[in-house]
Amino acid sequence: MATFMSLREAVAAYVHDGDAVAMEGFTHLIPHAAAHETIRQGRRDLTLIRMTPDLIYDQMIGMGCARKLVFSFAGNPGVGLLRRLRDAVENDWPHPLEIEEHSHAAMANAYEAGAAGLPCAIFRGYIGAELKDVNPTIKSITCPFTGEHLAAVPALTPDVGIIHAQKANRRGDVLIEGITGVQKEVVLAAKRSIVTVEEVVEDFTGMHANACILPHWTISAIVAVPGGAHPSYAHGYYKRDNAAYLEWDEISADRDRFLTWMDKHVIKAGPEVFARRVTASGMGGR
Amino acid sequence: MTGYTSNEMMIVAAARLLKNDDVCFVGIGAPSAACNLARLTHAPDLTLIYESGTIGTKPDILPLSIGDGELCDTAVTTVPVIEMFRYWLQGGRITIGFLGAAQLDKFGNINTTVVGPYAKPKVRLPGGGGAPEIATSCGEIFITMKQSNRGFVEKIDFVTSLGHGRGGDDRARHGVRTKGPTRLITDLAVWAPDAESKEFTVVSLHPGVTREQVRETVGWPAKFAGRVAETPPPTQTELQVLRDLQARTDAAHRGAAKKGE
Repeated sequence: MATFMSLREAVAAYVHDGDAVAMEGFTHLIPHAAAHETIRQGRRDLTLIRMTPDLIYDQMIGMGCARKLVFSFAGNPGVGLLRRLRDAVENDWPHPLEIEEHSHAAMANAYEAGAAGLPCAIFRGYIGAELKDVNPTIKSITCPFTGEHLAAVPALTPDVGIIHAQKANRRGDVLIEGITGVQKEVVLAAKRSIVTVEEVVEDFTGMHANACILPHWTISAIVAVPGGAHPSYAHGYYKRDNAAYLEWDEISADRDRFLTWMDKHVIKAGPEVFARRVTASGMGGR
Repeated sequence: MTGYTSNEMMIVAAARLLKNDDVCFVGIGAPSAACNLARLTHAPDLTLIYESGTIGTKPDILPLSIGDGELCDTAVTTVPVIEMFRYWLQGGRITIGFLGAAQLDKFGNINTTVVGPYAKPKVRLPGGGGAPEIATSCGEIFITMKQSNRGFVEKIDFVTSLGHGRGGDDRARHGVRTKGPTRLITDLAVWAPDAESKEFTVVSLHPGVTREQVRETVGWPAKFAGRVAETPPPTQTELQVLRDLQARTDAAHRGAAKKGE
C-alpha cells in the first residue's frame, strides 16, 4: 500500500546496505533524485541492476555505493563511454566492481519473468554470442514441443525497485506516459518499491482507458520530486538535457573533478534542487 | 557535385540501401543518420524502430539517445521495452537491423563489449545492448562504420553479436534462419558477403577511392568482387537533406562539439 513520504524517509525505510536495487527508466524517467538521496545516505555494497547504467549508476559507482552491477548497455547514450564505470572495471576505483552482463532482450525478459512470478525467462537469444561464455547465469533450455534450443536467464526480483513517473493521484495510483520502458515490470518484480513523481493530482478522471497505471497497492512509497528525472526527461514536463549528458563526459573523465562535482551538486544538495534544474536547463518544467 | 566528406558518402550510400517498405531496427550513431536520410529522401514510408519501443518514428532531428522524447512524439505507437523485444523483434516483424561496431571481422561478427580480455579489459566498451538479438532476429543486417586497422581486425576480441560466425554455413549451423550481414557500408566502399565463404568482399568503391586505400585500412587481406562498381556520388538533394538534418540536430543538442562514438 503506497505511503506518501519525503525522499529521505523513503530511501531510509526501503533501501538498505547490501540490497539488490533496480532504478529503471529507459532513457526517459530515470530516477536521478532518488539515486542522489541514496548516495547522500551513504548506502554501500548494493547490487545495482539496470539495463543502461547511464549517468545515474556512473555516479553511484564512482561514489562507492556498488558491489556488483547487472546491466546490458553501459554507455553514455549518444556520447560515448561511462568513465566512472570504466575506472571501476579497469582500475578497481574506488573499489572492485563485480559485473553480470546481459543483452537488453535478456534483461527485459528477466524483469517480465520477475513480474510474472516465474523463476526464469526463456527467449530466442544469445545465439553465437560470447556473453554466455563469461556469464554463468545464461543457460540454455530445450523446448519440449519443438526441440528448439532457447536461452534462459534467472528472473530479476530486486529487493527494491525505484522509478520516476509523471503523476500520482491522492490514493497513490501512479501514471506513466511516453516511453514506458520497463517501469511497470520493475515495480511488479521488486519486493519493495519507491516511485518519485512530477506531481500529485486529485484523481485520474478522464484518463485514457488503456493508460499505463500502477495501482497504489503495488507500490511501497510515493514521493513528489518535481524535476526528479533530470538530466533525463519527463514526457509532458521537460525535455532531456542533452547538454548535461555531453558535459558529464568531461566531469567524469577526472576523479577529482568528479568528486568535486558530486560534493557540490549531490552531497551538499537536496531533492528540491531538481525543480530548479529543469527550469534552468531551458528544457521546460513548471 | 563535388565537395562532400567520406563520412557523408558513407551515410548516403547506407541510406540508399533502405527500401520504402522496410521495417528497420535502428542503432544509434551512423545508422540513425542513414535511416533518417532514407526516410527524408527516397523512402518516406520507411518504418523506423528504436529499441526504446518507438515504432514508425519520424524525428525531425537525430536523437542523441535511443529514447529521446522526439522519437515518442513522432511515433505511430510506443510500446513497452519487453514488447519491443518479444513481439516485434523476436516475433520476426523486422526486415533490417542496422548496426555499428567498435570491432568487426571479415565475416561480419561484431564486438562492442571489450578491447582485450573480458576479465581484465584494456578498454571496457558499452556492451551489446539490443544488438545480440537484433543480429539474429532481423531478416538481414546492414553494418556501417569507418574503416581503420583498429576497427577492422582479423580476430575480434569478443563476439558480442553473431555475423556469419566462421564463414560458410556456420551461421545456419548455429540454428539461425535469418540472413545476417548482407551489406557493410564504410567511408571507402560497399562490401557484400561472398556467396560461398560469406567473407565480406568489396562490391563498390566510392568515387576516387583506390583498392590500395581499402587494403591499408583493414586488418585482413581485403578481397574484391570480380566486378567492382563505382558508388554514385551523393546527389545535391541527398547532401542538402543530410546537412540540414545534421544542422538541425547540432542546434538542438546546443551545437555540442562532441559526436557520439
